[in-house]
Amino acid sequence: MNEAIAEIPARTGNIVVAPSPAEAERKGLTRKEIVADHPTWCPGCGDFSVLALYFKLIEKRKLWHEKITTIAGIGCSSRFPYFVQAHGAHYIHGRALPFASGVSLSRPDLHVFVFGGDGDAFSIGGNHFNHTARKNIKLTYVVMDNWVYGLTKKQTSPTSPLGFKSKTDQWGAVDYPINPMKQAISAGATFVARTTHTNPNHVLQMMEAAMDHDGFSFVECLSECVEFYEGAFDASNPRKGGAFNLVPPTHDVTDELAAYKLAGEPFPGSFGVFYKVNKPTKNTKEAEINRGMMEKVKGLKDWQILQKSFDRMK
Amino acid sequence: MSDATLAVSSSGGAPKVSKISEAIIRIAGNSQDGIQAIGGFLARLAGRSEQEVMTFMTIPSTISGGPSIFQVRIGSGEVLSSGDDADVLLAFYQHSYEEHISSLKKGGIALYDSDHVEPKEEWKKDYYHVGIPISSLTVEAIGGTAKDKGKNIYSLGLIAKMFDLNVPKLEKLVTERFTGKDPSIAKNALAAFHAGYSRSVGNLIETFHFVESQKREGQQIVMNGNEALGFGLIAAGVRFGAGYPITPWSDIMELLRRELPKYGGTFVQTEDEIAAISMAIGAGYAGRVAVTGSSGPGISLKTEALGWAVMAEIPLIIVDVQRGGPSTGMPTNIEQSDLNIACFGGHGDSPRVVLAPSTVEDCFYTAIEAVNIARSFNVPVFILSDQAIATRIEAFPEPNLEKVCQDISPDLTTVADHKPYDLSAPNSVTKRVVPGTRIASGKYPIATGLEHDELGHPTGSPKLHMAMSAKRRKKLQALANTLPVPKVYGPPEGNVLLVSWGSTQGPIREAVDRARAAGDSISGLDLRHINPLPNGLENIFSGFHHVLVVETNDEGLYGYGQLAGVLRARFADPKIRGINKTDGLTWKVKEILERVTAKLASNGK
Ligand SMILES: Cc1ncc(C[n+]2csc(CCOP(=O)(O)OP(=O)(O)O)c2C)c(N)n1
Ligand code: SF4
Ligand SMILES: [Mg+2]
Repeated sequence: MNEAIAEIPARTGNIVVAPSPAEAERKGLTRKEIVADHPTWCPGCGDFSVLALYFKLIEKRKLWHEKITTIAGIGCSSRFPYFVQAHGAHYIHGRALPFASGVSLSRPDLHVFVFGGDGDAFSIGGNHFNHTARKNIKLTYVVMDNWVYGLTKKQTSPTSPLGFKSKTDQWGAVDYPINPMKQAISAGATFVARTTHTNPNHVLQMMEAAMDHDGFSFVECLSECVEFYEGAFDASNPRKGGAFNLVPPTHDVTDELAAYKLAGEPFPGSFGVFYKVNKPTKNTKEAEINRGMMEKVKGLKDWQILQKSFDRMK
Repeated sequence: MSDATLAVSSSGGAPKVSKISEAIIRIAGNSQDGIQAIGGFLARLAGRSEQEVMTFMTIPSTISGGPSIFQVRIGSGEVLSSGDDADVLLAFYQHSYEEHISSLKKGGIALYDSDHVEPKEEWKKDYYHVGIPISSLTVEAIGGTAKDKGKNIYSLGLIAKMFDLNVPKLEKLVTERFTGKDPSIAKNALAAFHAGYSRSVGNLIETFHFVESQKREGQQIVMNGNEALGFGLIAAGVRFGAGYPITPWSDIMELLRRELPKYGGTFVQTEDEIAAISMAIGAGYAGRVAVTGSSGPGISLKTEALGWAVMAEIPLIIVDVQRGGPSTGMPTNIEQSDLNIACFGGHGDSPRVVLAPSTVEDCFYTAIEAVNIARSFNVPVFILSDQAIATRIEAFPEPNLEKVCQDISPDLTTVADHKPYDLSAPNSVTKRVVPGTRIASGKYPIATGLEHDELGHPTGSPKLHMAMSAKRRKKLQALANTLPVPKVYGPPEGNVLLVSWGSTQGPIREAVDRARAAGDSISGLDLRHINPLPNGLENIFSGFHHVLVVETNDEGLYGYGQLAGVLRARFADPKIRGINKTDGLTWKVKEILERVTAKLASNGK
């Protein structure tokens, strides 16, 4: 987390973090301490791996229960927060990002993780995705892309490929799919990565890099829906005869056009960080505005600041 | 000028000074003429002179401006509404003159810019006409070619002379307004003001002087309802908000965006209203009481998320500055037609709180009350304002800020254990434990829109759905038990009780005063708490033969408006009837009285 935002101005008064006793001695959490409800997913669902790797991340990075907030919208994948033993919220369909932005912008002391599906992210929540990205709000967003609507049982999703036979396109999908990577890059996301549930180490690497990025970090994780789109990602899975190709080491992650080109590769494409640039986050910018404004009223209590405004209205 | 009509004499001699206790001045022109500025100066002057003041304005709905009026009513005694008929009409153009002459009382003064207005002979016998070449005299006074600039301040000078207003105070107000700008601007403004002031007002040989107001304790401050609401939220400790622009709500979001950073807070302009409410709920979940707001169609967009806040029991403030609807409707007109969506909008049973401030001062205190209800009961609270209150300016006693300002920062002290939806909690209200708080038991809560158990985990159990539905409802019932029974304005028993909510309170009280003075048995009741209603209203209603609910909304399919519908559902009493209108304007006192007479004559219909 950016130091500038981690330091909380006294008057935001506001958040007084009671130093936990023996903070330093606290051990990292064990898997047992992070696990909550047993997932309601179908056996074999790709989402299990994403959850398992989120637990790994929490263990590895010694994140405390109270310091992480897990947020999701609605969908199979969005059930995520119930399965994590930490503060969390299961919000409404498509709107997890603005909700999480409210958490991130008002609570610089928390790590904010958002999980969701492709419909949640790119159909009903499409516009929020664009605006959260361009505002560069400090949070990590993992979209578990299964190319289908899982929870509502097999309708066409915005990432379903042309020709995919669903209950709403019995003859095969006719609408051109969204390319999440292109969408993220062009919307101004400052961290854009791609991974797949069949490669656990890679998922963990991407989540960790995303978490360490100071800004809006987006990870598309292919996550197979074994119930309604079995085999969708076989071509990316070496165990199924497919190819798992890493982003070439020569790729310059700050080169937007090169990233866009990578995003345009035919399936299975490449996996890894496509794009990463450092730009001030909205969190830092707002904190700067506040510092400037608060400097002008230095030493005054809140009511005295208001009094100054009222004195001009007499 | 109820007690001293503007008598105009044609005999020569020194101007006569009449004592008056109140005056209604309507200024009509185009919005770019700075009409609002004259009105604002007059309102502030009244505030500083311990007078009561209330204004009414119309804003053109087109960006390039257009016809606009500003009416200001100043009184040494109580001022309850912006007034029916004007004593003085100041008209800048032919259209202003022709449109608004009918709002002038018979015998009133039509003061017009003779550079633009050709007065009509047939109106000269009913109204006293005073023509002054305002445009050319302004140019003469301050030079330049900026023909339209400055004539508002010139006119302020004319009015100051006519009403013997306090010149040093006005000079100070004009100077203050332009501080920070190029000093030549203030100099020009003062030059225009003095030119107007020293111009003898045509052949008007009488001027007026307000009788002294009663001395007040402390000072008065002057602002409009949107400002009072915005500052009230800040006083209440709100430090986060999110919104999307729409008239007339935008003023509040602009104010919060500008002011909150001084207090370490943030206001975010989002991509739409759904994002706005979601962000505010997110901040609420994270430990704040956050605000979102809108007008008209923007409110509809918020209803799904609102349901989540009800279900997850998150405190939230939703400001609804009502305007004419449905759809884009009448964006700059007055209407009170969002009561139903505020009370009931959304799917499922979703109890929430609805408050309606009735004056500008009340906007300030209602904001604080709303915040305290939201955080005491973990519930979304609507503040139903409207275009009339939002834009009208009033003077009111300055709040004791040291006392009313509060710090509502979240408490992150470690707790032993936590059930976010504890069914055994007193009044069904659980103390909130927000992210950042360590829970020693290691069991962490999930805020959720799915029906849930006491820990926030999803359930399909009918028993739990019944228990949780009851929990969400019981909180509001507990709140109702704490609400004060509203006071009847006038005697507690009689023939007619006029019920109001929001901005109709003022004209109704004035109507009650006027009717009682004429010997009628009539009282008023203003409801500030719309959902839940306070207990004990039935005892008030039982003291009257007729309960007439006056609302600025449609009479509906069955002949009564939205609040009347709620009251009829609650009390199942056919003597509750409606008086409604949808002309987009504030209620005039005489209009209310005529409608009451007609309603009583209509015999139960
Ligand atoms: C406003 C609204 N519309 C529709 C739904 C129904 N709905 C729930 S999840 C979902 C789609 C889920 O697809 P996706 O986001 O891809 O998640 P997945 O289940 O595939 O993980 C839909 C349409 C809803 N809950 N809310
Ligand atoms: S329906 Fe598909 S996405 Fe949903 S849990 Fe089952 S396998 Fe996973
Ligand atoms: Mg999906």
